[in-house]
Amino acid sequence: MAEQNNLKEFTKGIFQYNPMFVLVLGICPSLAVTTSVKNGLAMGGAATFVLVCSNFIISIVRSFIPREIRIPCFIVVIAAFVTMVELLMKAYLPPELNASLGIFIPLIVVNCIIMYRAESFAYKNKPFASVLDGAGLGLGWTLSLCLVSSIREIAGSGTLFGLKVSESYQPASVMIMAPGAFIVLGLLLGFFNWRKLRKSEKSMKTVMKND
Amino acid sequence: MIKEIALIIVSVVFVNNFVLAKFLGLCPFLGVSQKTSSAIGMGAAVTFVMTLSSAITWIVYNFVLLPGDANIIAKVFPSIRELGLIEVLKTISYILVIATLVQLVEMMLRKMAPALYESLGIYLPLITTNCAVLGVALLNTTDSPKHLGFLQATVQGFGAGIGFMVAMLLMSGIRERLALVNIPPSLRGVPIAFICTGLMALAFLGFSGMVQ
Repeated sequence: MAEQNNLKEFTKGIFQYNPMFVLVLGICPSLAVTTSVKNGLAMGGAATFVLVCSNFIISIVRSFIPREIRIPCFIVVIAAFVTMVELLMKAYLPPELNASLGIFIPLIVVNCIIMYRAESFAYKNKPFASVLDGAGLGLGWTLSLCLVSSIREIAGSGTLFGLKVSESYQPASVMIMAPGAFIVLGLLLGFFNWRKLRKSEKSMKTVMKND
Repeated sequence: MIKEIALIIVSVVFVNNFVLAKFLGLCPFLGVSQKTSSAIGMGAAVTFVMTLSSAITWIVYNFVLLPGDANIIAKVFPSIRELGLIEVLKTISYILVIATLVQLVEMMLRKMAPALYESLGIYLPLITTNCAVLGVALLNTTDSPKHLGFLQATVQGFGAGIGFMVAMLLMSGIRERLALVNIPPSLRGVPIAFICTGLMALAFLGFSGMVQ
């Protein structure tokens, strides 16, 4: 039973609570860094690291944090891990990748997803569950970043992971600029809404049939 | 001097609009742009916080974080003079400055404009986590291509706030119309807002190249 619960804490972040398509949180970095799959993966990895670590620490010290000043406390914990991840990325990742992520690595500190999980999960739950929750949501976000960035990279520069997709395709560079990002995400959200609406319509029909 | 300031303002309001070209501050942009009145209020509050935080973070950057003789901490700990504290302390110090300022604005608004305070609701404390505010602080200091003066940094903060307000105002106008239109059910709400923003960004792309 307990194992099942743990699995659920992990998987809910990928589908049921997908940060990008269901909660629609943390949109700024989702749009800014998704110009190529490599950027999307790096951003997702960095945010997942911060999310897991901050969830863990906040959940450990949750009984010492008074309710009134919990938000500043969360921010300080998150900022510490963001600083760590920034230094690590500067040390181990290629400089051009760091340059293309730019200010969006320090901006993880104001990413709504991390604050939201700290406030609504880690502040109320045990450390182990919080780590799983953070890992699940981080993975869900990384996967959605990969989806958006692969669409934009293929349409906008005609490549995937830097490899050419097709010889004859003429890339539409508007897709890797700002307007393309908004439109791709808008259409993707519309698509997921459409699937959800269709599913609920179907279940309505089966209920009516059974009646 | 005046020419330079005008150039900075035109650049951050139209060419490099924070919302439409740099993807900063999208959460409040989508959350509060339902009504024109709250869009103006939110824009004004963000502009105020951005201007002040640009000024204060510039001071923090130049006198606390940057290595050199001007560093205040270096007077006590000499080793700071060569290394500086940019890498380790910038995120934490900036976010603390912004959080304090937002608290101040919240207290002021509650006393001076209770109606606006009510209508902004949850989005007022959330200015702290508005990435446009932290973004402009970073772009003014550590991530700026060249070293900006105090006045330039403050003007850039102010201009970025105005740019945010312009984008929110335009969006709120569009969304007030959207409420009356028949939209396919799966695109209602956030998806159509994103697509409209995309079209607006496309229009703003026309300004690019105006200022270097």
